[in-house]
Amino acid sequence: MGERALSAGPPQAHRAPPRGAGAQQPGVSTPIAALALRGVTCTFVSRDTRSQRYTAVEDVTLHVAPGEFVSVVGPTGCGKSTLLNVGAGLLEPSAGQVHVFGQPLLGINRRAGYMFQTEALMPWRTARANVMAGLEFRGETDAGAQADEWLKRVGLGGFGDRYPHQLSGGMRKRTSLAQTLVLDPDIILMDEPFSALDIQTRQLMENEVLELWAAKKKAVLFITHDLDEAIAMSDRVIVLSAGPAAHPMGEFVIDLPRPRDVAEVRVTPRFVDLHKAIWDVLRDEVLKGYAQQKLVA
Amino acid sequence: MWSVIRPSQKTLRLWQVMVLVAVFVFWYAMTTPGLIPPLMFENDRQAAFFFGEPIKIFARVWTWFITERDIYQHLWVTLLETVLAFAAGTIGGLILGMWLALSPVAGAIFDPYIKALNSMPRVILAPIFAVWFGLGIASKVALGFTLVFFIVFFNVYQGVKEVSPTVLASARMLGASRNQLLRHVYLPSATSWVFSSLHTSVGLAFVGAVVGEYLGSSRGVGYLILQAEGSFDINTVMAGILVLTAFALVLDWAVGRVETHLMKWQPRAGETEKL
Repeated sequence: MGERALSAGPPQAHRAPPRGAGAQQPGVSTPIAALALRGVTCTFVSRDTRSQRYTAVEDVTLHVAPGEFVSVVGPTGCGKSTLLNVGAGLLEPSAGQVHVFGQPLLGINRRAGYMFQTEALMPWRTARANVMAGLEFRGETDAGAQADEWLKRVGLGGFGDRYPHQLSGGMRKRTSLAQTLVLDPDIILMDEPFSALDIQTRQLMENEVLELWAAKKKAVLFITHDLDEAIAMSDRVIVLSAGPAAHPMGEFVIDLPRPRDVAEVRVTPRFVDLHKAIWDVLRDEVLKGYAQQKLVA
Repeated sequence: MWSVIRPSQKTLRLWQVMVLVAVFVFWYAMTTPGLIPPLMFENDRQAAFFFGEPIKIFARVWTWFITERDIYQHLWVTLLETVLAFAAGTIGGLILGMWLALSPVAGAIFDPYIKALNSMPRVILAPIFAVWFGLGIASKVALGFTLVFFIVFFNVYQGVKEVSPTVLASARMLGASRNQLLRHVYLPSATSWVFSSLHTSVGLAFVGAVVGEYLGSSRGVGYLILQAEGSFDINTVMAGILVLTAFALVLDWAVGRVETHLMKWQPRAGETEKL
């Protein structure tokens, strides 16, 4: 126990001084975040009419510590995915900074893996070749062996030679999971990865992800509109306001004991309390978001 | 008796053959001099003069392939022209299509010219190509190229534009460099579109070769037809058309085989999981 504390403490203390100069912004002096968004604003300009603007997120500051599982919940269309794309480096924010382990992010976030909401597998590659893809891009030689191992780990040992269209939705998600995790990223970004799955498959996958996460303790930024899912899986839940110009409304530490079973944890009194507390904040935003969507339509 | 040969899935081939036989029997009956009284013409030899006689046509094909064996060199030339035009057109269309699709500035500049060239009736270029490239293989390949190129070009352009943004973002997150994106994402997506137009483009390469030969050449099946027309030898013309049709069917079948082999990652309608 003492040994772990010792090994966990000093590196951060050592690492802090050289980067301290760059990390003078308030609130980030404590351990270097795996992923830090500071004052991020994203404004989209319509391609045809320059005057039409839409600010998806405004002045969002959030941190994910190494090994921490953070969920972002919010009403639909509030810019949750935008935040994730900013963290991934796929989208450059209009204002604000992104830091990855203390370094400013330029271009694609090389230390992050991304699980998309929609189909992201290359349809012309078999499941195995899809899992191998990232390793191939890096030029690793034992890509095949690693891919086989990960396919087995996500329970697709015998399905490596299938093409995505020959797999069920759940199997495709598991292939995506293996594709992301085989690269051993330090940060895992997940954009409602299980929203398209039926409830049973979904709970199985959630437990699987928690198990894999517990073994490796990566930083996870998890986007979802499902509050139950967010509470069951996370260490911390951040509530985003309704768009446009969405921003964090509240932050809740989820102190439910681990390991958790996503189905069983839902009936514990503490879960119900947390759910009520977060829902009180979220409810108004959901209604606001709904009213705005109705207005547009 | 009828219950046995009634059209169904099993007797499909039989019925298809019967249609073919019926066409030839009708043709034979209408054209053979003196078999039935002339219906359309004053003279009973005129039908044979205009439409040819099936027996003589088959005799012609027989001498070409079996006794004289002189059609192989012509077939070979036509096949070579088709394959070269197809290959050149596909590669050209692939490269230019990828380039214009991935470089918005170049795409915007060349867009009106590509459209203009595509709407031009390109068969009219055949005589010009004959002047430029001579009466040999090159002018036919050039004509086939202009026909194939645009089919492939537009399909590649579409294929690159329609790459799923999620797949693209995913590949970038997996660490693909620009070259790797080109090779592992854009190219497979574009080729899937090219293969979907494979039947059309091979067919057009074939049309280009034959039309080119017909307009001026010294070898090839189109040349044989042109020669026979010069001497009003309708039977040889018809024999040439039959050979070309059979040849086109063989090409189409070969393309189908290649297609099923290369496109096995694409779902087919109604396909179920094989367990």
